[in-house]
Amino acid sequence: MNSGDTAWVLTAGALVLLMTIPGLAFFYGGLVRRKNVLSILMQCFIIVCVISLQWVLFGYSLAFGPDFHGIIGTLEWAGLAGVGAAPNSNYAATIPHSVFMIFQAMFAIITPALIIGAYAERVKFPAFLLFTLLWATFVYDPLAHWVWGAGGWLKSLGGLDFAGGIVVHVSSGISALVLALLLGKRVGYNHKPIRPHNLPFTVLGAALLWFGWFGFNAGSALAADGLAANAFVTTNTATAAAGLTWALIEWWHNGTPTILGVATGAVAGLVAVTPACGFVNPMNAIFIGIIVALVCYTAVAVIKGKLGYDDSLDAFGVHGVGGTVGTIATGLFAEKAVNAAGADGLLFGNLHQFGVQCLMLVVTIAFAAIMTFIIFKIVDAAIGMRVEENNEIIGLDLTQQSEAAYTVIE
Amino acid sequence: MKLVIAIIQPHKLEAVKRELEAVDVNLMTVTNVVGQGRQKGVTEVYRGAKEAGGLLNKVRLDIAVNEAFVEPTIDAVTRGAHTGSVGDGKIFVVELAECVRISSGERGGVAIG
Repeated sequence: MNSGDTAWVLTAGALVLLMTIPGLAFFYGGLVRRKNVLSILMQCFIIVCVISLQWVLFGYSLAFGPDFHGIIGTLEWAGLAGVGAAPNSNYAATIPHSVFMIFQAMFAIITPALIIGAYAERVKFPAFLLFTLLWATFVYDPLAHWVWGAGGWLKSLGGLDFAGGIVVHVSSGISALVLALLLGKRVGYNHKPIRPHNLPFTVLGAALLWFGWFGFNAGSALAADGLAANAFVTTNTATAAAGLTWALIEWWHNGTPTILGVATGAVAGLVAVTPACGFVNPMNAIFIGIIVALVCYTAVAVIKGKLGYDDSLDAFGVHGVGGTVGTIATGLFAEKAVNAAGADGLLFGNLHQFGVQCLMLVVTIAFAAIMTFIIFKIVDAAIGMRVEENNEIIGLDLTQQSEAAYTVIE
Repeated sequence: MKLVIAIIQPHKLEAVKRELEAVDVNLMTVTNVVGQGRQKGVTEVYRGAKEAGGLLNKVRLDIAVNEAFVEPTIDAVTRGAHTGSVGDGKIFVVELAECVRISSGERGGVAIG
């Protein structure tokens, strides 16, 4: 046991919580209309409550518990049975098992919260709750097991995902796209973004995401060591490159750079460097940042408008597309010189690793899409996923929660 | 009695107030409003998508005056708000049927000032 490692991973866990509330809550909350801002804050906040409990009751055991044929963890660790102060050397030999568990809990929390961006402003609260619980249990937990769990089949194939590019971002981003397609557009949406009601909130949220992401990525080293330092440096570098690149593209394409653009680019950079941060060097992190800004900008500003689906806050365009770029980039830029426990990528002569990354990507996309479709159909049949049109027009704050964010009259 | 409604540039409010006070018109109600004129608002860009027709911020003054003050009020607002470019705003003058001072119950012209 190492007290430095333990202290860092505990701190990193708190940083990852900060990403969901208030980071993501305000990032998304600022982007919606004023009549729906509380619904976003509520969804983010209650996901923390619901998934924290799901995780300690059975979620952690499904994801990381003793392996069952590479596809799922058994329920042996349900209720945290046997998950205590003694380290589990399969995951982290120098910190208490319970520290690894609670660090991972924060990842399980933020992943379904990312999907909110796709269905914002138009789902029923009870349907959202049921969907989130089912999605966490039947999509996130198995996928986390495949990629990160001891004995998981993608992990056994040698798939690399340092901090969750696949497990967190591709899974939530693809599910976001499926939901946006199934739910349909918001009333009044016409191929153009609906004006954000409070961009300062969004920028505040993006800044908190950047800050918390150091816990997400550098914490995933599960130790206070040189690998954590590499992840920290590559995370910051790729994010900076992506934010600047996005601003430059806008400048060239629209005539002016925007703060929403810089913030969006930075988040895309954070997403893309997530799977790669512990395997690539800082100079290649710059390339990852530049590439993801180019690709995500095209997805969000060009392709989305043409295809016409309403991914309200670009959960797919940033997390799905950015996670895909990051997963492929890991297969290109990974090098054993950075992380001996990793692998060399295509640029270092290892075509096999590139193939494994692509396989992992295809499997995750297919699994997340099919499962989200099924869960949507179940919830839609049981409760009805979408609010009635009249309630959507009035706004979710009043119709789903009976409260209003802003007073107009004293 | 007339009601003078002036739509002006927000940054001209202080100048208009000064001009009105100079001609002894001290009563006004001021509200923030949004609107557009011949230029059809501004173009805003969100995540690469241009949105034309964003409305511009303006300030609206509602000024109730007796007949003798109508022209001085119009002149004062014009002096304060004028820059000569598009977007300076508009002044509307409408008939005012009645005016009641709530504190005293006075009515008509005497209640205005």
